[in-house]
Amino acid sequence: MKISLLDYGAGNLPSVERALQRLGVQTERISTSAGVANVSALVLPGVGHYGALIRALDGDGLRQSLIAAIGRGVPFLGICLGLQVLFENSEEAPDLQGLQILPGSVRVLSGAVKLPHMGWDQVQAKAGSRLLEGIDSEPYFYFAHSYAVPCSGGGPALETRATCSYGGEFVAVAEKENIFAVQFHPEKSGDAGQRVLENFLRIAA
Amino acid sequence: MSLAHRIIPCLDTDGESVVKGVNFVALRNAGDPVALARRYNAEGADELVVLDIAASRNRRPTFLKTIRNVAAELAIPLTAGGGIRTLDDARAVVRAGADKVTVNTAAVLRPELISELSGEFGSQAVVLAIDAKRDGHCWRVMTTGGRVSTDLNAVSWAEKGAELGAGEILLTSMDRDGTQSGFDVSLTAAISKKVMVPVIASGGARWPQHFAEIFCDGAADAALAASIFHDEIQSIRSLKEFLARQNIPVRLPC
Repeated sequence: MKISLLDYGAGNLPSVERALQRLGVQTERISTSAGVANVSALVLPGVGHYGALIRALDGDGLRQSLIAAIGRGVPFLGICLGLQVLFENSEEAPDLQGLQILPGSVRVLSGAVKLPHMGWDQVQAKAGSRLLEGIDSEPYFYFAHSYAVPCSGGGPALETRATCSYGGEFVAVAEKENIFAVQFHPEKSGDAGQRVLENFLRIAA
Repeated sequence: MSLAHRIIPCLDTDGESVVKGVNFVALRNAGDPVALARRYNAEGADELVVLDIAASRNRRPTFLKTIRNVAAELAIPLTAGGGIRTLDDARAVVRAGADKVTVNTAAVLRPELISELSGEFGSQAVVLAIDAKRDGHCWRVMTTGGRVSTDLNAVSWAEKGAELGAGEILLTSMDRDGTQSGFDVSLTAAISKKVMVPVIASGGARWPQHFAEIFCDGAADAALAASIFHDEIQSIRSLKEFLARQNIPVRLPC
């Protein structure tokens, strides 16, 4: 099996690539709509500014091919910003539109908390998460973000498979059919993170 | 459920080998960065910092090969720095496998660098390293590996850095560094209570109690140490078990 990584210049692409390669799978980097049209499994790593990713998707005409690939059932894993772009829009770049594949908006984490939300935090898994299968309850994962999809107020109730609480409860894992997304960084989350990636590979195989 | 306090081993390198100074001088060789990285990754370190302390000194190019080799060993975040002066320097370090970059001297000389970096990589990837030395009732910012004194007050500089887009402050007490007499609780608390970004305390660690103190009294979000881990004076696993017994949230390795 070959896993395609969408390369739009994200800083964490090499670490995601290394983490997948450690699990013994072949990876390739793709950056064009033609490339996206041919993938059999797709990972969108992402870190940094929401606007940078959306502009990259629009600038290179990737938006439509990405939506089409997900629509035809290609197993998809979005990491961090790769989760956020699946939703409708983001407070981080209010003028831009997300991919609008999942319902809800990305908002800045609020409350009396330090930002970014940076470090190892526990998630509360709901029953039936395929990505979190075989992982202890309340595992620690590595987060590095200031924005997230809040669970309250029109959040993706049906798709949420795990939540995390930091300045309010937000979506840590979302799953819908062939779509998988995590707000944390599995590639940086030690053994638990490796298990998440293994689970995705098993689903994608 | 709560955010775990992080334990971060630091590899101070001369570009290739790990060295560690006492009060920033008298450097001695402590080992191979790749072997140490592998060990810390397995022992449950929450993150790893690799600094090229020679780059700032001799204005050498940064140590990209070391970063690549270290990153290959890690399933935890990697922060790298030392001699980063421009956006291009930072890009090279990130491309080599670092998740975050630290800036120190160059940010003091040109604070806009912080905004440039956070604009490109996001603030979660920008760590402002501050070397602070007590001067009467406050702390003064030192640069160039601790050899050059500035007019900056460390607390105000941390606030300014966070405003400019630094996502984290790596705060080293030059008074405590290498002394193993405990972290500087008052310095760390002064800064941690003023800024709304995480603070990593550094300098002076020896006993597990020092870590408990800096988390509880110093309000540190993370604590960094070097020689006690390199020399196997303190294992990360037993340190975390100690902290967990004190009800301090830590991520225990499996």
